[in-house]
Amino acid sequence: MNDLTRRSIIQGGTALTAAGALTGPALLDFAKAWAQSSPWKAEKGAKLTVMRWKRFVPAEDDAFNAMVAAFKAATGTDMNVFSESFEDVQPKASVAANTGQGMDLAWGLHTLPQLFPTKVIELNDVADYLGKKYGGWTAAAEATCKQGNKWLGIPVATIGGYMTYRKSAVDKAGFSKFPTDFPGFLEMCKGMKKNNTPAGFALGHASGDANAWLHWILWGHGGYTVDKDDKVIINSPETVKALEYAKACSDNFISGVASWNDSSNNKAFLAGDLYCTSNGISIYIAAKDDPAKKDMAEDIYHALWPVGPVGHPTELQLCVPILAFKFTKYPNAAKAFIAFMLEKENFDKWLSGARGYLTHTLKAYDKSPIWTADPKNEVFSHASERALPASGIGHPGEKAATAIADFLVVDMFANYCTGREDAKGAISITERQLKRIYR
Amino acid sequence: MADIALDSRAARRPVRDASAWDRLKVNRDWLAVWFMLPAMAFLILFLAYPLGLGIWISFTDAKIGRPGEYIGFENYEWLWEDSIFWLSVFNTLLYTFVASAIKFAVGLYLALLLNENMPFKAILRALVLIPFIVPTVLSALAFWWIFDAQFSIISWSLRHLDLITENINFLGDVNWARGCVIFANIWRGVPFVAITLLAGLQTVQPSLYEAATIDGATKWQMFRHITYPLLTPIIAVVMTFSVLFTFTDFQLIWAMTRGGPVNATHLMATLSYQRAIIAGQLGEGAAISSAMIPFLLAAIMVSWFGLQRRKWQHGEAND
Repeated sequence: MNDLTRRSIIQGGTALTAAGALTGPALLDFAKAWAQSSPWKAEKGAKLTVMRWKRFVPAEDDAFNAMVAAFKAATGTDMNVFSESFEDVQPKASVAANTGQGMDLAWGLHTLPQLFPTKVIELNDVADYLGKKYGGWTAAAEATCKQGNKWLGIPVATIGGYMTYRKSAVDKAGFSKFPTDFPGFLEMCKGMKKNNTPAGFALGHASGDANAWLHWILWGHGGYTVDKDDKVIINSPETVKALEYAKACSDNFISGVASWNDSSNNKAFLAGDLYCTSNGISIYIAAKDDPAKKDMAEDIYHALWPVGPVGHPTELQLCVPILAFKFTKYPNAAKAFIAFMLEKENFDKWLSGARGYLTHTLKAYDKSPIWTADPKNEVFSHASERALPASGIGHPGEKAATAIADFLVVDMFANYCTGREDAKGAISITERQLKRIYR
Repeated sequence: MADIALDSRAARRPVRDASAWDRLKVNRDWLAVWFMLPAMAFLILFLAYPLGLGIWISFTDAKIGRPGEYIGFENYEWLWEDSIFWLSVFNTLLYTFVASAIKFAVGLYLALLLNENMPFKAILRALVLIPFIVPTVLSALAFWWIFDAQFSIISWSLRHLDLITENINFLGDVNWARGCVIFANIWRGVPFVAITLLAGLQTVQPSLYEAATIDGATKWQMFRHITYPLLTPIIAVVMTFSVLFTFTDFQLIWAMTRGGPVNATHLMATLSYQRAIIAGQLGEGAAISSAMIPFLLAAIMVSWFGLQRRKWQHGEAND
């Protein structure tokens, strides 16, 4: 078994893939073969500690752990994986970067690798290897992880969020197809409100949901927090138009959106009070898994975010990049593990385990079975390609991450939509805060 | 042989004056200091040092995981002009003032009731403590559901009684949201006030009431001239603690509103956490929490000087 030729490995691999998912011994065989042919050989006695964000879908975690176990068995690398909640990932990684201990690999959110560009291993070889093999990286993913020509991390996936709606309600509001532009979307919200089947999008401090739809509207009108040189340009006529549009929409929402957090729309939707919102695929999955909600699951559809006056998609999606710290004693094992995760034999199965919650950033996975397993999954396959980096057109990095974490854009819209400030007041508060962050 | 032995002993123990250190070692007045040292070390390590560090960080531009540069009062200057900071100061004062006043009134009323003789007295007194025993986060989550925009039991009941047609926007409307978090805080804080005041009431000598009854005093006169004056020292202590707890509240707000809607319920503590930990601006967050110190000191001073006055301790006509 030990003197497998490259050819026989490839043949074996193809046969196995064709036969179905790799599991148990098959996965291990693939891992062993991969370890032999891989450009990165794990150091002898290597030990990797990996921090990841806490999973939402159990099957995703299972697939991840199976991969970790196969990698461990094939390379002899001792793997230690621990999870942290979304909010704790960035602080813990920052502390590790500065103390030089705690973990070798960190799988985090948004622009994590940009926060400490000098503390991470350059991963150009891994990015090139994977990019060449799997059809290249999507633009937003590349921008999120790259500084100049250097890959600071590898964009493993995107957690996509899309329009989730009840078809019957949208039909009744007069739209046989979900609107694809801003005026259509507003008309639909008005119609749904009239029929007492309202739409609703969070205006509270919901870091995922509120940031997503408000940045979509801001960017869709051509408004940005900063320009490409990180100069603050929020005070613009485009921003005013975005505010007015968001207010017109929110006047037609279900009541109480100003108090919503990230879980509120899921609850309201599944209870049958809410008929259109933006969310990860989790609402649909929850309905599908609940036999009592069979009718609702059949009525739930997903749609792309409508395109604003700027004429191109302006979606804020959550990139999840992985990085390796410079202080790790086993850089080759770290690189090998990252590349191993994204190989087809692992990644297809992992995507399937995530059930649409994760979207690939490598273009070849457009054809991954998960996107056709259920036609309603298909929309989520576009999350990486239609996204802008979290920084809009500015530099992805710590400043952009801070502005999002401190809810600057969310508060600006909420101030205006709830009538606490006029447009000028709402913008000037945000402008002042942005100028401090980008000083 | 004897000479050698004598010599070596003399060499080993030269005669010298007792040093200051020798005196300190045996001085009885200093003994107290030695005994206090462990406690002092503990307080310095776990209280004074973090406090000092917090104040120091507020003068830097530290971010999470990265030491900052000294920038003087820049953080404070920035906050001075920051409307959200001042909104949080206003919210904190409003929250503290309203909640503490109502907690005091309700707590005193409850204490007086529980001090009466009635059936199941012990059980009733224990029951009053329940809100205090439940972990704050749990009760906050319960209130979050009670005041939910879609699933509020209050809205649901009123709707089914045909009293309202639309759900009440409890946590989405500025005034409602402030009212709701204050209500939750009161619910949680009343037992502390009530039970402590009850303990105070028990120390009032019954003979005073007997004498007053013989003199023909009414119930109100007894409360006004016996109970209340004798209770003032306890009230001062309880209210100081109550104000401190309320002023620094975090969990209730964070679990119920995260400071929303539009920062209308952001307290200084929650804003500090959002800016320092969530957004990573440690220096600015530290400046916000350091800005709480003057307010807290003022609250402590009031009770400190109050407790020093005999009038507070022994009734007002006894200066």
